[in-house]
Amino acid sequence: MTEHQDELVQLVGPDGEPVVSETNAPYRERAARYLLDGTGATDAEPAAQRVRGLYRDMVLVRRFDVEATSLQRQGELALFPPLLGQEAAQVGSGRALREQDYVFPSYREHGVAWTRGMDFADVMPIFRGVDHGGWDPAAHNFHVYTLVIGSHALHATGYAMGVQRDGLVGTGDAERDTAVVAYFGDGATSQGDVSEALGFASVNNAPVVFFCQNNQWAISVPTTKQSRVPLARRAWGFGMPGVRVDGNDVIASWAVMDEALERARTGGGPTFVEAVTYRMGAHTTSDDPTRYRTSDEEESWRRRDPIARVRTYLEKHGAWDETREAELQAEADELGEHVRTAVRAMGAPATSRMFEHVYATPQAQVAAERAAFEAYEAGEPAPSLFEGLLGDRAATSTGTTAGGNR
Amino acid sequence: MTATAVRPPSPASSDEPGGVVRMPFAKAITAGLRAALAADEKVLLMGEDIGALGGVFRVTEGLQAEFGEDRVVDTPLAESGIVGTAIGLAMRGYRPVVEIQFDGFIFPAYDQITTQLAKIHYRTSGRIDLPVVIRVPFGGGIGAVEHHSESPEVLFAHTAGLRVVSPSSPQDAYTMIQEAIASPDPVLFLEPKGRYWEKGDVDLDAPVGVGAAARTLEHAAVVRPGTDVTLVGYGPTVHTALEAAKTAADEDGTSIEVVDLRSVSPLDVPTVVASVKKTGRCVVVHEAPAFHGPGAELAARVTEECFYALEAPVLRVGGYHAPYPVAKLEHDYLPSVDRVLDAVDRVLAH
Repeated sequence: MTEHQDELVQLVGPDGEPVVSETNAPYRERAARYLLDGTGATDAEPAAQRVRGLYRDMVLVRRFDVEATSLQRQGELALFPPLLGQEAAQVGSGRALREQDYVFPSYREHGVAWTRGMDFADVMPIFRGVDHGGWDPAAHNFHVYTLVIGSHALHATGYAMGVQRDGLVGTGDAERDTAVVAYFGDGATSQGDVSEALGFASVNNAPVVFFCQNNQWAISVPTTKQSRVPLARRAWGFGMPGVRVDGNDVIASWAVMDEALERARTGGGPTFVEAVTYRMGAHTTSDDPTRYRTSDEEESWRRRDPIARVRTYLEKHGAWDETREAELQAEADELGEHVRTAVRAMGAPATSRMFEHVYATPQAQVAAERAAFEAYEAGEPAPSLFEGLLGDRAATSTGTTAGGNR
Repeated sequence: MTATAVRPPSPASSDEPGGVVRMPFAKAITAGLRAALAADEKVLLMGEDIGALGGVFRVTEGLQAEFGEDRVVDTPLAESGIVGTAIGLAMRGYRPVVEIQFDGFIFPAYDQITTQLAKIHYRTSGRIDLPVVIRVPFGGGIGAVEHHSESPEVLFAHTAGLRVVSPSSPQDAYTMIQEAIASPDPVLFLEPKGRYWEKGDVDLDAPVGVGAAARTLEHAAVVRPGTDVTLVGYGPTVHTALEAAKTAADEDGTSIEVVDLRSVSPLDVPTVVASVKKTGRCVVVHEAPAFHGPGAELAARVTEECFYALEAPVLRVGGYHAPYPVAKLEHDYLPSVDRVLDAVDRVLAH
């Protein structure tokens, strides 16, 4: 149990060598199915298949990321926030989720979206400027992106409180017990909403995991200006485990998340995970990192590239070769082509979309303004706002409620 | 649920009598909450001190004992957390009714209300409904300290996606709270705390409209017919307007029509317009500051729709563009019967 420690959980080092320590022993045991180094798996080939699966995920996620960044440069997207460098944290944690779990992402969780089974093309409408959401959250239990930093940590907590009330925690049925995850970054930990979420989750023992990707930079502000202690310690004061993991180690990220999710599903309450990683690219395509960080720093993290690490790990154990790599790159090319084609086909919605789904029930103000807009568009005389839109007022004009104190 | 259903009244509880009962405004809300809790097990109450204490105004008195701690939830003291977790619960299929203890304490939750609660339905192309009700004891008249007497309704009415309503009588309080809870849209439910202990008859068997049939969430009511001047109010000022109308009738026979808006967003413009086309004169009364207040919007609408029927400019009686004053001055700040009648005199002078 590593509830209160600052040491990073790491199972595979940047050089692809296993990391064995007293601290990470429980996680090595948990992650046995992914270990190729003889310390865990009893049968090497299934483990190799699993690690190849993670590697494939990460390569495809990065290919999407690079493709989307290019599409923005070509003018096909208004904006794009790359996840470059955070593939291990996202894929590792995402692959620990079960179908019934529910995810509240921030806006950079394209890799988690992939692990939920989403089509990358569905992530694009927001950034193309044709939809504020873009996908059906219920289809993959993956909520739409939240752009206001940290707000959704509370939504995740409330959702988890609902899961509790639904009796889907600690039933012992792995197919039913449900966890909820809020993904956010280092900057978000400074938001009051995140602190409030930790408090609500803790006193309610809610089945929620707060998965913080500390990518070192909140746009241009380093983590040292958000906190003078490791972010995971924030959890300790709220009475929940706060675990630090090497977010560039996909297997460690999986193991730590798997433990946290199990705790949530079985009624053990919330966990805070700090995945230490690096945003290798810009905050968004509008950002310029050269103004606030050094190329030396970027280079030092490039040497810890999470994808290169897995590939080295596979190669060291004879579980990867050029043929496999060529096949994977071909698959990535296909994926890129698919995303390009899908994005270019995304047209603007009908102008009437502005007025749709403002409310779930008919609402007089929206109806009146829509009618006026449509008349304007049609070149017709402006209708008298509201006239005739609400039907006969006679019923209310005499007062439909009992007299009360009147 | 269908959009036009009218839910038959449910017994508020087995030991509560139906029929018409005289009760204070606050207890009419209690009765409405009890009926909603009894009718739908997904309804939850959340807020600070609403459990054992029954809320600082006792509006939720007895409900935790009756429905349990999981349905009447004492939350941590954090307004953003209360609304934010209510959003999550609503996404999971619950119908949270949140209490913000006082009007001036709602602002820590302002971000969650305006950027999340109001917009998630739109953001998700209608895939997610957020049936969250935010109850707020609002307005002045109780001699309170700072932050306990404010009328922030336009700050919310200006945000699309929210409904903003305020009942003016125990009967409306009873019906409107149930229609607000049944609504698939988020509703800011403003309770005129200065009227909490005024009594009125409440028909506990009154039907509750669901969805588009929830008339009290969109439709104003003409609560006193008249021919000379239209007085428009909502929440706490309806009572003031009715008193002014009675005084005017008694003193010189002036016939004032009083419109209770019930809803600040949307505004039932047709009902106001129909009245003003008849009277030719309009005065809007609210506790919120007149500057950029609901009266400004109504004055614009009435001018657009009734230009040739108007005999006088539309006047507003409201709070001033100053922070809500100390308790010893609040009766000079609030729209009084005298200030309303002064405005009536001015529109009649044209």
